[in-house]
Amino acid sequence: MVSELVNRFESVQQVRDGLRDINYLADDGIAGVAYLADRLGKPVLVEGPAGTGKTQLAKSVAEFTGARLIRLQCYEGMDESKALFEWNYKKQLLRIQADKASDSWTDIHDDIFSDEFLLTRPLLEAITADDPVVLLIDEVDRVEVETEALLLEILSEYQVSIPELGTIEAKQIPLVFLTSNNTRELSEALKRRCLFLHVDYPSMEREREIVLAKVPGVTESLAEQIARVVRSIRSLDLKKAPSVSETLDWARTLLLLNIETIDETVAKETLHILLKYQTDIAKAAKDLSVDE
Amino acid sequence: MSSTETRSMLDLLNGFVIQLREAGLPVSLTENLDAMDAVQHIPIEDREAFKYALGATLIKNQAHWRSFETVFEVYFSLRGPEYKLANADGESSELDDLWREMQDASQEGDGSGGAGSLDALTPEEIAHLLMQALMQGDQALMKALARQAVQRFAGMEPGRPVGGTYYLYRTLRNLDLDGMLAKMVDAANQGQESDSGRLEQRLEREEFEHRITEFKAEVEAEIRRRLVADRGAEAMAKTLRKPLPEDVEFMHASREEMVSLRKALQPLTRKLAARLARKRKHGRKGPLDFRNTVRHSLSYGGVPAEPKFKYPRPAKPELMVVADISGSVAAFARFTLMLVYAISNQFSKVRSFVFIDGIDEVTDYFKATEDITEAIHRVNTEADVVWVDGHSDYGHAFEVFWERYGKDISPKTTVLLLGDARNNYHASQSWVIKEMRMKARHVYWLNPEPKSYWNTGDSIVGEYGNFTDGVYECRNLRQLEGFVEKLA
Repeated sequence: MVSELVNRFESVQQVRDGLRDINYLADDGIAGVAYLADRLGKPVLVEGPAGTGKTQLAKSVAEFTGARLIRLQCYEGMDESKALFEWNYKKQLLRIQADKASDSWTDIHDDIFSDEFLLTRPLLEAITADDPVVLLIDEVDRVEVETEALLLEILSEYQVSIPELGTIEAKQIPLVFLTSNNTRELSEALKRRCLFLHVDYPSMEREREIVLAKVPGVTESLAEQIARVVRSIRSLDLKKAPSVSETLDWARTLLLLNIETIDETVAKETLHILLKYQTDIAKAAKDLSVDE
Repeated sequence: MSSTETRSMLDLLNGFVIQLREAGLPVSLTENLDAMDAVQHIPIEDREAFKYALGATLIKNQAHWRSFETVFEVYFSLRGPEYKLANADGESSELDDLWREMQDASQEGDGSGGAGSLDALTPEEIAHLLMQALMQGDQALMKALARQAVQRFAGMEPGRPVGGTYYLYRTLRNLDLDGMLAKMVDAANQGQESDSGRLEQRLEREEFEHRITEFKAEVEAEIRRRLVADRGAEAMAKTLRKPLPEDVEFMHASREEMVSLRKALQPLTRKLAARLARKRKHGRKGPLDFRNTVRHSLSYGGVPAEPKFKYPRPAKPELMVVADISGSVAAFARFTLMLVYAISNQFSKVRSFVFIDGIDEVTDYFKATEDITEAIHRVNTEADVVWVDGHSDYGHAFEVFWERYGKDISPKTTVLLLGDARNNYHASQSWVIKEMRMKARHVYWLNPEPKSYWNTGDSIVGEYGNFTDGVYECRNLRQLEGFVEKLA
């Protein structure tokens, strides 16, 4: 285990203010859990619909703490040679062939399984780093249940065991964020090791703030209208509700079109930016035009 | 924290975890320890942060959050001040305040916050004030008014064995929020004149509705707080507990539960589809693929170090769903159809039939639109399922099914029969099922009734069941999901 915990954050309020300064608007839950993650030295499992700023949270925390972001994008079929470490076979082969005659077997053996021949992958890199890092394990639900086990050691003990080298312990405890789109249930073992944070679509007030912060030049009243329309559309029964990034795209488009107030026609003509399915667009258009 | 405070906090948390477990939420020992760690860093006085800290450590599934929140509100609604640090003795505890308020409601309050001055107002003035607060979105005033409204209208008496919904109803009836909404919309329209478009008006209205919902939640919370003060947290927790969405029974779901069921269905089908696709792809290794192995051996200097295998692609099953859509089992049929069609790409073909005493094919409704909800709506309104009197007649429905569609059943077909098999003492015609099973790959029966009710009264599920490959109890989403996974 790692000896000391260095606290990065003073208080929940400080986390929230700090994130606000770099244009990430955290709500109570987000700031609180980020603070706890630092205090308890535990990873955070961030779950929620696509496009609600889960990955952005890790990026923003990295920026705020001045840490380097190390990202592991998960995918189906990922294995330890992509996530943890890999021996550099080619180099090892060259080393063996270079002086076939001279060295004894043990010399070569000790030599080719040393740091020089080790390729670090994101997880190993994160715990061996000297500078502060934030580790982002993105879309962890894409790997198979069996592969999840790869993550368990690093998440609870902050160490990696390499059969030929022994155990490598972290020099410092990095902040770890795992994101999941919830396409499958993660294993109990993984969940137990993490703090759980559900990021949902923002409240109307928060979405308005986000639009104001992220889209320069938008007026208060337009931002308010945008947030209201989006909330109204999200309340419909859709295949895919508009995400925050789509709201922002919409806001930028309206700005480019020099639109100051949204009326029915404008809303209908630009719906395709918010919604991606034809049936959803038809439904929303119908709903917007028929009141009462 | 001193050791005594840590102790009392430990007891407090332990009690909370017991309540959570009783509500059906899984909490492991390590999670309990994490929560204990977490509360060292978050003061209990900061109620929201404290809730999120406990939630992050104890609850690892978003679907459980609502249950968690309810247990939290009840358990901690009156705890907290007593665990305050030194200054707790300076103030009277909240509990005492509440008792005083409840006992001499007519007298002037103790002047805490704005509540004291509200006591003097007439009901009309209260209504007027509330409307203003709602229109301006004044949170503090809304809160104070919620307290005032409960105190004035709910008529709560200590020790009276009435549920919270009764008090909620009484309070809201006196406030007439629907009427207020109409007035608010009118007032807003007058203020802005005609230049605001219809969209603007509509959004304004939605904003008001949203605030009214918030206000209702506030009233509900206040009632709960008072009930807890009266009866104690443990007793209340039992009455307020709500089952998890996946455990709600189809046949007894309330309207509100139906909505939450429908919401839970969508992520569930997404998960199920992903899992099934993965299952098809993996875990089956076929014979050696010689050509592929030789090709890959070239990069190892001709040594076949990486053997390659053929992956068989098993044929997707064909599905025929035959569902009873009469009265009490309608909801179950609806959910099953929605689930089946949401993952219809896992089957090579899906055909669906609905019946009461007549039977009709509804496959086209699902083909015509991508929107499953709309298709279900059409099934309920347009399908021709009544033959004589609109009471379930499984025998006749099966007979007609066999006549018209029996020839389409092939050895690749799996037939799903949905219903409670309550046949109103008609002829069973169970020979149809027997014939079906001879022709089809599998025949399954799903029954939404609890197993203990099977074969009681006019239920003849046993008679049909004899001829199927299995009868499954499907009372809730969890069981339904389990069955469908097995099927595909």
